Amino acid sequence: MILVWIIALLMLGGILSLISGKWSHRAPRWISLAANTLAFLLVIRVWISNYARMSISEQHNWIIDLSWEWIPQFGIQFHLAMDGLSLLMVMLTLFLSIASILVSWTEITERVGFFHFNLMFIIAGIIGVFTALDLFLFYFFWEVMLIPMYFLIGIWGHENRIYASFKFFIFTQASGLLMFLSILALYFIHGQSSGEYTFDYMVLLGTTMSPAAARWIMAGFLIAFLVKLPAVPVHNWLPDAHTQAPTAGSVILAGLLLKTGAYGILRFVLPLFPDAAAEFAPVALLLGVISILYGAKLAYAQTDFRRLVAYTSVSHMGFVLLGSFAFNELALQGVIMQMISHGLSTGALFILAGLLQERIHTRDMTTMGGLWARVPRMGGIGMVFAMASLGLPGFGNFIAEFLILLGVYQSAVIWAILATLGLIASTIYSLHIIQRIFHGKPQKEWSLTDFNVREMCVMVSMVLLLLWIGIYPKPFLLTSRTSTFQIQKFLQPGMNYPDEYQSDKDIPPCGQNGSVPYSNTPSEQIDITLSKFPRQKTSLSFMETHGFRPDCYGKYGILFKQMQGETS
Amino acid sequence: MFGTIWIIPFLPLLSFLILAITGKRWSEKTVSILGVGSVGISALFTVLIGIQFLTNPPPGHFVVQTLWSWMEVGSLTPAIAFHLDALSLVFCFVVTFVGFIIHLYSSEFMEEDEGFSRFFAYMNLFVGSMLILVLADNLVLLYLGWEGVGLCSYLLIGFWYKDPQNGYAARKAFVVTRVGDTAMAIGLFLLFTSFGTLHIDTLLDAASQNWATGTTMAVLASALLLGGAVGKSAQLPLQTWLPDAMAGPTPVSALIHAATMVTAGVYLIARTNVIFMLAPATQLAVAIIGAATLLIAGFAALTQVDIKRVLAYSTISQIGYMFLALGVGAWSAAILHFMTHAFFKALLFLAAGVVILAMHHEHNMFKMGGLRKELPITFWTFLIGSASLAALPIVTAGFYSKDLILWYAWAGEQGNFWLWLAGFAGAFITAIYTFRMVFVTFYGKRKSEISHKPGKRMLIPLVILAVFSIIGGLVETPHTLGHIQLFSKMLENVLPSTGILHSGISEELILQIVTALLALLGIYLAYYLWLKKFSLVQKITQVKLLATSQRFFFSGWGFDWLYDRLFVFPAVWLARINRRDFIDLFYDGIADANRYFHQELRKTQSGQIRWYALGILIGALITLTIVVFI
Amino acid sequence: MTVVPMETGLLLAGILFLLGLVGVLVRRNVIFMLMSIEIMLNAAGLAFVIAGASWGQADGQVMFIFILTMAAAEVSVGLALILQFYRQFKTLDADVASQMRE
Repeated sequence: MILVWIIALLMLGGILSLISGKWSHRAPRWISLAANTLAFLLVIRVWISNYARMSISEQHNWIIDLSWEWIPQFGIQFHLAMDGLSLLMVMLTLFLSIASILVSWTEITERVGFFHFNLMFIIAGIIGVFTALDLFLFYFFWEVMLIPMYFLIGIWGHENRIYASFKFFIFTQASGLLMFLSILALYFIHGQSSGEYTFDYMVLLGTTMSPAAARWIMAGFLIAFLVKLPAVPVHNWLPDAHTQAPTAGSVILAGLLLKTGAYGILRFVLPLFPDAAAEFAPVALLLGVISILYGAKLAYAQTDFRRLVAYTSVSHMGFVLLGSFAFNELALQGVIMQMISHGLSTGALFILAGLLQERIHTRDMTTMGGLWARVPRMGGIGMVFAMASLGLPGFGNFIAEFLILLGVYQSAVIWAILATLGLIASTIYSLHIIQRIFHGKPQKEWSLTDFNVREMCVMVSMVLLLLWIGIYPKPFLLTSRTSTFQIQKFLQPGMNYPDEYQSDKDIPPCGQNGSVPYSNTPSEQIDITLSKFPRQKTSLSFMETHGFRPDCYGKYGILFKQMQGETS
Repeated sequence: MFGTIWIIPFLPLLSFLILAITGKRWSEKTVSILGVGSVGISALFTVLIGIQFLTNPPPGHFVVQTLWSWMEVGSLTPAIAFHLDALSLVFCFVVTFVGFIIHLYSSEFMEEDEGFSRFFAYMNLFVGSMLILVLADNLVLLYLGWEGVGLCSYLLIGFWYKDPQNGYAARKAFVVTRVGDTAMAIGLFLLFTSFGTLHIDTLLDAASQNWATGTTMAVLASALLLGGAVGKSAQLPLQTWLPDAMAGPTPVSALIHAATMVTAGVYLIARTNVIFMLAPATQLAVAIIGAATLLIAGFAALTQVDIKRVLAYSTISQIGYMFLALGVGAWSAAILHFMTHAFFKALLFLAAGVVILAMHHEHNMFKMGGLRKELPITFWTFLIGSASLAALPIVTAGFYSKDLILWYAWAGEQGNFWLWLAGFAGAFITAIYTFRMVFVTFYGKRKSEISHKPGKRMLIPLVILAVFSIIGGLVETPHTLGHIQLFSKMLENVLPSTGILHSGISEELILQIVTALLALLGIYLAYYLWLKKFSLVQKITQVKLLATSQRFFFSGWGFDWLYDRLFVFPAVWLARINRRDFIDLFYDGIADANRYFHQELRKTQSGQIRWYALGILIGALITLTIVVFI
Repeated sequence: MTVVPMETGLLLAGILFLLGLVGVLVRRNVIFMLMSIEIMLNAAGLAFVIAGASWGQADGQVMFIFILTMAAAEVSVGLALILQFYRQFKTLDADVASQMRE
C-alpha cells in the first residue's frame, strides 16, 4: 500500500504545484519539495524496517507486494511490488529528485508550477517503472515518465531544445513501441500456450516459447532498454538531450532515466529470456566494451562541459551493460552499485555544470580555466566528483566498477581486460575536466559567486553518500543481494548452494587450507565434481589450468561453478 | 599497543578532513600545527608500536587489526583491516618519520603561499593513503591506498595549478601510473579468479600450494603486478612521468617522488614475493628492468641542468637498484636500500629546496655556484646526502645498502655477471652525476645573490636526515665490516632469505674495494671535469656525436618523443576527427532522408483540383484492377 | 417495344461517366466542373436503373432516387461554394484556388 501512497503523493504534489503556480513562484517549489521529502522518508522507513530481514535471508522475497484488478477482461492488473533492487532504485530516485528540485530553485523562473508538475510526474513514473510487476502497467509508467520529460527539455531547455527534445522523444518512443509489441507478443504466446491471458510478470516468467520467438521478443525489450541505457550505437539522443535540458532534467536523465534501462535488463530481459540472453551475451559484452571505450573517447573530445559529462555517462553505463551479461553475483551486484554510484556522481557533475552555466551562461570549457582561485568550494566539489568518475577507490564508483570487472573477468577474460582499459580512458577525461575548468590560466574574467548553503547541502550530501557506498557498501550490497540471487536462479537453474556440496559423501575430504593441489587430484574426482553440475557447460580444461576444486572452497564454490559455467 | 594500529593512518586522514573542509579559516600556524602534528603523532605511534613489535613480538610475527568488513559479495570479502609485520613496519616508519620531517620543513618552505592549508591537506591525505597502502591486509585495500597516493601525487604536482605546464605534468603522472594500475587491476582479477580471495596471506598460501614454479598463471599474475609496480615506481617503460613530476613544490618531490610513493612498487613486489618466486621468468624481468632503468636514468641524470631533474633521474636510477635487488631475490637488501634511499634522497631534495629558494626559484644548476659559504649547513648536509648517494665507503648509509645489492647480484642464486656489471657501472655513473651536482652548485664562482636564508624549521630536518644518511646503514653490515644483521633478522619472517652461490670473505672484500674505488674515481672525475677543467666539458660537448648523444640523454632517451607519437598524437587525432560522433551521421541520415521524401511528396499537393481528381481516377482504376483481376 | 440489352445500357452509362470525368479533368471553369460531376452522378444513376430493369428489381430505381436527392443537395452546396469562390477571386478558374493549399 505504501507504494501507492508514494506515487499518489507525488502525483498529488505535482497537481498542487500546477495549481499553486498560478499565484506564486515559491509555492510549487515548497510543495514539491515537501511531497518528495515525505516520500523519501517513507521509503527510508521501509528500508530500515525490512533491512534486518533482507540482510540475513538467502531467499528472494518481495518486501511489498500489492495487486489489484485493473482491467480483468484483458488480464491487466495494478501490480506493484518491491524487492531489494527496486528499493534501492526508489531511494535513489527520491534522493535525486530532492536534489533536482533544490538545484532548480533559482534556475527555473518561468511557468514554475508546470515545471514542478512535470518533474513530479516524471518521478512518479520512474518509481512506477521500478516497482511495476504487470507488464502493461510497466509500459504505462514508461510512458508516464517519458512525456513530461519531453516537455521539460522542450520548454525549459537551452538554445537548441526543440531539436534535442524531438530526438529524445523519437528515440525513446520508437524503442518503447518495440517493447510494447514484445509485451503483446509475450502476452499472446503465453495466452495461447497456457490459456491464461495475463500481463502479470510472475505468471509470464514461466512462459514456454520457441527459441526463435524468445529471441525476437527479447530483441524488442532489449532495444528499448539499450536505447535508454544508452549503449553505443543507439546513444545519440543522450548528448543532445543532456546539453539542452535544464539542470534538473539532466540530473533526472542521467541519474534515473538511464537506470530504468538497466533495471529493465535486470528485471525483465534476464529472467524472462535466460536462454536468449545467454545467446546474446557475447554481443552485449562487445557493445558494453565499445560503449565504455567509445564513450570515453568522445568525452575527451568535447569542449562543451555537459556534452562531455553526457558521454561519460555512455562510458559508465557500458559497465552496466557489460556486468549485466556476465551473469554472476559479483558482476550483478556491481551493476546495481554502478547504477547508484553513477546516478550520484554523474548527477552531481550535471548539477555542477548547471550551476556553472547559471552563473557564467556558457558551457564552453575553452572559455573557462583557472576557476579554482575564484570558487574553491566549487573546485573542491568538482575535483571530488571527477575523481569519483574516474573510479578512485573510496568512492562508490570504484566498488561498482571493480565488482563488475571482477565478475566479467570470470566469464569473459578478454572483454574484462578491454573494459579495464576504460579506467585509463576515464582518467584522461576526468582530469581533462579539472584542467579545463578549474586549473590553468583564466581565459576570461568571470565574475561568479561560490556555492551557497543550499547548493553546498545538495553537493555535500551527494559526496557523503558516494563515500558511504565506497567505504561501507555492505548495507547496499546486502539489500540487493537476494535480488541478484533471484536473477541468477533464472539464468542457472542448476545452481547449487554450498550446503548441497558438503552433504555429498562422494567427494573425498579437502586438503589443508581448503585446497587440494591439482597434481594430487585423480581425474575421477574431477569427473564426480563435474557430474554434479550437468546443466553447466563445465570445462575440464579450465579446471586443469586453474587447478582448484570448487567444493574445497566452501562458499567460494558457488562462484567457481559460475565461472566454470561461463568460461566454457 | 597493537590495538592502536588504526591510529597511524587515521590521524593524517583526520587532519586532511579538517584542513580540507575548514582550512581556509585557520592561520598558517594552526594549519602547520595540525598538519605537521598529526603526522608527528603518527610517527610517535609507529615508533611505540615498533618497539613493542621488536621487543615483544606477537605470535606469528604479525598483527592484524580488522576495523570493519568492507563488502561481502560471493567470495569477495575484503575487510578494512591492517596487517602489521616487519615489512610494513619498516615502510610505516619511513613514511611517518621522513614524512614528519618533510612536513616540518614544508611549514617554512610553503610560508605565505596562498594554498598553504590546501598543501597540508594534500600532504596529510598522501601520508594517510600511503600508510593504508603499506598496512593493507588485502589487495583491494592496498589498491585503495595505491590509487590514493596516485591522486595526491597528481594534486601536489599540479599544486601551483595556474601554470598549465604543471597541470600537464600532473596529468601525465596520473595517467602514466594509471596505465600500470590497470595492469595491476587485471592482475587482481586473475588472482581472485584463481583463488577466490584477495586477502594477501591466504592468497600467497594458496599460490604456493597450487601453482608449480614457472606455471603460466604465476608468470601472468606476477607480470601484471609488475606492471603496476613499474608504473608507480617509474621504471622502464613507464618512467617518463617522474622527471616532469618535479613541477610540484620541492617538499612534495622529496616525500612523494623520492622517499615514499615511488617505492610503492618495491613494496608491492616484496609483499607478493611468493608469486614472484613462483615465476622465475618474471623475476628475471624485474632484475633486467631494474638494471636497464638504473643505467638509462643514470645517463640521463648526467646531462640534466635542472637540479631537481638530476635528483629525479637519480631517484629512478636508485629504484632501479631496488628492482635489481628484488629481481635477484635479495629481498631485504631492496628494503634496506629503500630505507637508506628515503633518508638521503629526502635530504638531497630538501637541501635542493633550500638552494632553489635562495636562488629566486632558479632550478638551473649552472646559474648557481659558490653557495658553499653562503649556505654552510645546507652545503654540509647536501654533501653528506651526495656521499651517501654515491655510496662513499664505510661512512655512509648508501654504501651498505648498495653494496649488499651488488653482492647479491654477483653471488646470489639468481644473480649473474651482467646484472652485477650493470649495477657496478651504475655506481660509477651515480658518483659522477652526484658530485657534478655538488661541484656545480656549491663550488666555483657565485653567480647571484641569496634571496632567502633558511630558518630553523628548514635546517633541523636537514640535520636529522643527514645523521640518518650516515648511520642508517649500520643496521646491516657485510661480513667484512662486523656482519651486523639486525635488518635482515627483523625481516626474515616476512621475506625469504637469499640463496648464495659463492661465498668467501676475500671475494666480498675484493668486490667492495673495487666498487669503493670506482665511486671515488667517479667523484674525482666529476671534480676534474666540472670544477678543475670545465673548459674540457665544453670542448667535449662541441664534438658532434657527443653533443647528439648528450641531447639524447638529456631528453631521457627520447621516451617522451616516442610515446607522444605512439599513443598521445593518435589518440588526440582520433578525438579531433571524430568530435561530432560519426554514428550521429546515421541518424541524421535517416532524418535527412525523411526530409527529402517529405519535400518530394509535398510536390504532389499542388492545390489544383484537377490533379487530385486524376489521382482519384488512377487510384480507383488500380483498386478496380486489383479487385477484378487478382 | 424492343428490349434494350443491358450491355448497351451499361456502355451508355460508362460513356456518360467518362465524358463527365474528362470534363472534370480538363475544364478549369468551376461551374463546368460541377456540371461534369453531375453527369458522372447521373451516369452512375443510369447504371443502377439499367441493372434494376434488367433484373426486374426496384432497388435500382430506389437507389437512383437517393442519388437524385444527394445530387440536389450537393449542387446547392456546390453552387454556394462557387458563389463564395467567385466573390473571393473574381474568377471561376479552379487553378487560382491552388493558393488555398498552404
